Parts: sequence; C-alpha cells; structure tokens
Amino acid sequence: MEKPNLTYIESMSGGDKAFEEKLLSIIKTEFPQEKETYYNNLADKKFKETAENVHKLKHKISILGLEKSYEVAVAFENNLLQGNTDLNEEFNSILTNITNYLDQQP
Amino acid sequence: MNCIIIDDEATARAIISQLCSNTPSIHVLEEFPNAIQAIKYLNQNEIDLIFLDIHMPDFTGFDFIDTLKNPPKIILTTSDVNFAIQAFEYACIVDYLVKPIHLERFQKAIKKAETFTVASTENAVSEKLEGASFGDLYVNIDRRLIKIDIPSIYLVEAKGDYIHVKTEDKNYTVHSTLKKIEEKLPDELFLKVHRSFIINTTKIVDIEDNSVLIKKDVIPVSRSNRPELMKRLNLL
Repeated sequence: MEKPNLTYIESMSGGDKAFEEKLLSIIKTEFPQEKETYYNNLADKKFKETAENVHKLKHKISILGLEKSYEVAVAFENNLLQGNTDLNEEFNSILTNITNYLDQQP
Repeated sequence: MNCIIIDDEATARAIISQLCSNTPSIHVLEEFPNAIQAIKYLNQNEIDLIFLDIHMPDFTGFDFIDTLKNPPKIILTTSDVNFAIQAFEYACIVDYLVKPIHLERFQKAIKKAETFTVASTENAVSEKLEGASFGDLYVNIDRRLIKIDIPSIYLVEAKGDYIHVKTEDKNYTVHSTLKKIEEKLPDELFLKVHRSFIINTTKIVDIEDNSVLIKKDVIPVSRSNRPELMKRLNLL
C-alpha cells in the first residue's frame, strides 16, 4: 500500500515548520473524530451520512499524498450514495494506514 | 481584500488561512466552522471576499449564498468537482477551487477576485464560462509528465488499456482509462457521449441522428447519453 507523505503540506508551507506542525496537529485531532463518525454511521447502515464522512476524509487522504487511495475514496463515496458498501474493506485499510502514519508523527 | 473562511473542517480552514497569510492583498478577519455563525457576522460586518466550502452538514454553501441579499465575492472550496455548473449560476462566485488547494491555483483565484465585480445574474453564466480558467492536465507518457491545456482537448477515445487524447495541436496516447480522465475534465466543457468517447461540447461542428462531428471525427452518441447532449445545446 502507498505510504502517506508530507509533500503537499511542505509544498504549501513555504518552509514554515511551525505551520507544518500546526497542520499535522490539527489533522491528528480531527482525523480520529471523523474516522469514528464514519465507522458509527457505517455500522448503522446510514449510507448517505457515511458518504458524507468519506467525503470529508477524502480531503485528508489527498493532503497526505495518497493518490490511489483517493481514487478508492471517490469510488467508495459514490458507491455509498447508491447503498453499496463494496469498497468498505479497502477504504478501512486506508484509514488504518493513515492512523498508523499519524501515530508515528511527533 | 478583507475576507472570511467558512468550512466545517478545521484542516481546510488552516490551509486556506495559511495560503492567505502568504498573500499580502488578503486579510483574514474571521473563520467559521458553519454558515449560520457566518451569517450573524455578516449582518454586522462588511467584507470583500468569502472562501466558502460547499459540503457542510445542515446548511450547504449554496444554501448560505441563497440567504445573502448582497453577497460579496465568493471563492468556493470543495472536494467535489460536480458542483461546477451550479456554481456558475451565481453572479458572486469568482472561482471554484478543488481541494487540496495548491498555492499556484490559489494565487490565480485571488488575481481573479481582485479584478472581479459582482455582475448581474442575467449574464453571469455566459460570462463565467468565457472567463473560466480550466487549467492544465498532466499526462504521464514515457515517464515524462506532459502538460495539456484542457480547453484545447476536443476528443478522448478509450482504446483498451489506453486513451487517445486529441487536442488542437497534437494527439497523445496515455495509459489510463476514460473514467479517470472524465473525473479530471470540467463538466462545463466535456461530456461522455458513448462508453468509449468523451467530447468537448464547445468543439461540436454538427450533430446528426446518433453521431456528432467533432473537428473531422464522427463520434457515435449512445441513446442513453443523447438527452444530456441535447440539453447542452443552445437550440433555436
């Protein structure tokens, strides 16, 4: 699986390390909350709400440079809007991948 | 320009705020996690520009614009490319930024905002389409990323694992799928008319029964896609 990276964050920080740290810290706070809401809605089979959660998570996937995962997220969001959860496991592994990456960040 | 940022995602607000802080002509006065709070603020304060997320729970970006009597300039920020056409219906919308927002694209939007005046709704759609910046598409050919000016593309054809991208000047064969390129092309210009073809509707020469002439290429139009194609035409 592709690895998350800071290429986008560094490209827009203009070398501002304080901003990079601040943004990562925001992501580290916001991501687990969004992830939890997503899992709850998925468990409750609230597919429209789950699709909205995937939509939000999609932004963080792209910020962390996960291009292929982003495509999976786009497809999964569309699937969910039609009540289809086929890409569920693939998407969950993306979330785990990001969780592991964020856990390693200082 | 004094601006505010409305986005329910803290990460997005932080990114836009950072981009603004590197742009001397922009001053961020406030940030809001939802549109309701912003409406209260706008009732008491005058601002020039709003960075507005479309996808927000309960009250979307478009709902928010609909509540404003004299909206200021608005730059939409979204992860969803599918709202572009709806966005062009609003005279106050300067530009449409797709997340993640890149510095270069952001600066382009700010330049547009600096010279933009909120036009009357009547002419808004045609004016926006004329002035819209559809940007470039980079395709990977023999390990080189080649830039293609999006509006110059007039036809994309699927051929097995490859797509042929035809432009005014040159043709390209790229290892990709029609679905992937369809997601990258703006809906205002491009339409999938057949499972193997996407056309630039501004380049149509004529339409006959179930085919369309684009430049010198006759392209089949499938029955299911024909109604959407006809909807796009300015029929007399």
